[in-house]
Amino acid sequence: MIAQNVMQTLAQKIIARAAGRQSVVPGEIVTCALDLALMHDSGGPRRVKPMLEKLGAKVWDPEKIVVITDHYLPANNEESRNIIRIAREWVKEAGVTRFHDGIGICHVVLPQKGYLRPGMFAVGGDSHSPTGGAFGAYMFGIGATEMLGVLVTGEIWLKVPHTILVEWHGSLSTAVSAKDMMLALCAKLGLDGGQYQAIQYCGDTVARLSMQERMTLCNMTPEVGAQTGLIAPDQVTAAYLESVGVVGIDTAKWQTDPGAPILAQHLFSADKLEPQVAAPHSPANAGPVSVHRGTKINTAYIGACTGAKIEDLRMAARVLKGKHAASHVRFVVAPASAQDQKMAEEEGTLKILVAAGAELLGNSCGICAGYGDDRLSENEVAITSTARNFKGRMGPGSSQVYLASPYTVAASAIKGEIADPREMLHD
Amino acid sequence: MTDHEQTAGRAWVFGDDVDTDVLAPGKYMKSSIEELSRHCLEAVEPEFAASVRVGDVVVGRRNFGAGSSREQAPQALKHLGVAAVVAESFAGLFYRNAMNLGLAVVVCSDAGKIRAGDRLRVDPGAGRIENLTHHEVLSCEPIPAHLMQMLEDGGLMASLEKRLAKERTP
Repeated sequence: MIAQNVMQTLAQKIIARAAGRQSVVPGEIVTCALDLALMHDSGGPRRVKPMLEKLGAKVWDPEKIVVITDHYLPANNEESRNIIRIAREWVKEAGVTRFHDGIGICHVVLPQKGYLRPGMFAVGGDSHSPTGGAFGAYMFGIGATEMLGVLVTGEIWLKVPHTILVEWHGSLSTAVSAKDMMLALCAKLGLDGGQYQAIQYCGDTVARLSMQERMTLCNMTPEVGAQTGLIAPDQVTAAYLESVGVVGIDTAKWQTDPGAPILAQHLFSADKLEPQVAAPHSPANAGPVSVHRGTKINTAYIGACTGAKIEDLRMAARVLKGKHAASHVRFVVAPASAQDQKMAEEEGTLKILVAAGAELLGNSCGICAGYGDDRLSENEVAITSTARNFKGRMGPGSSQVYLASPYTVAASAIKGEIADPREMLHD
Repeated sequence: MTDHEQTAGRAWVFGDDVDTDVLAPGKYMKSSIEELSRHCLEAVEPEFAASVRVGDVVVGRRNFGAGSSREQAPQALKHLGVAAVVAESFAGLFYRNAMNLGLAVVVCSDAGKIRAGDRLRVDPGAGRIENLTHHEVLSCEPIPAHLMQMLEDGGLMASLEKRLAKERTP
């Protein structure tokens, strides 16, 4: 038998709890009970409804299911409208009351509604589901058929992951953000360096990040091939959760024990980090902005769960205040949720962006997912605050996407070419 | 013997990090699987969808299936008749999705030895690939037992049907 006082990582502790065990060991296969299952309109109802009907099965617990529409919005063609309609009808049939329709991207809306808390074991029907890890939850993405299995049984199998520590120390410079931290990690680890294990972000830099910036870290974890990325809860987590009505959480319980087994530890210095840009067609093609400085762009896009939350919009506004995007640049802003947009409106951030020439798109996945009509055109060159720039994702194979922080996207919009935001912002 | 054992087919060889955006392009994600499949891998191999035959094997190097959770990526390969995907390593999400759909995915550290057009016979359960063109046998990681059962059932749907039928039998 395993001793009671075995040292475990945060990931192990959550999995052990969900598997009904005292402890688990990396590498063993366990079955876990789900606390929450998140679906969006693309991989959700339109895919699982026919499968549930074929099985003649009902969902295991409608209270633990959240459905948020975000991929096929705005629904400006027949297929998209049909997909959204299926979602609306299905939640009624299934008795799912946690349904949020057209108010933002699922990963951003989920914490706003107070659905996440430390120690939760959750899945989402989208690869960016590890965003929930920012709240000390173990959350990962699955496909539609696996979601069907979850909906029917309330369980999922899992190979207990090893934990990889990504530790940041020091202070981020002006115009450097969580997005730059992740692009630097992509460059260092490559697209598969996470080995489908669990990454835990830690260190004093991470401790000083706001919840939205922590979400950006966890959100991009799939880009290095880890199953999830998580951050142990602290006062910042507790304060955020309290603001959305989640009180009395136990932060002390959900920490990695000293001496717990760690597969690898990657140390980074925030002091030395420069703004990063990832060249087409991989997030791992990242390097300092100076490498790509001067590259002409057609489009600058602030959008997605990765890069259009209120703090991302503020970063862009800091650079753009009193300035205007270059005349030949299409500057597009799609706030990640209605709530983020409302805050931006009330505080004046949105006004700055619009005055700088921003074309506003809806609170949905938009160009990032490449599902709708807002796609890049042949040979179009874009710089975006999104997570992924694989060939053909956001437009035809000839389009080119550079990934960067909202600061760098905004600076590039002004210049009409990739630019260093530090030259426009001074403390 | 099941459909997944002893499959034989031509190898289609790709490199590292074959991603879900090239396997299942977003532009066609609202279309039927028939339509989507016609564009599978077109960004890197325009002839693939039109030329691939039932029983063929897709071969990658590192991190095959990187990116999205969209299971249309393995589903398109399965729809086109691909019998198995062999690679040095797989993205975790793609690996789970493929198995759930009943598409065999086989981890083989020697995947780089396979050349385009080689005739392959893949036995996922035994963890063995026979290269009929070069008369060599490549060993691979056997598929874990709990997944092999699901694969033999034909994927997660079939496996759930079996489980529910058992539960409903008094």
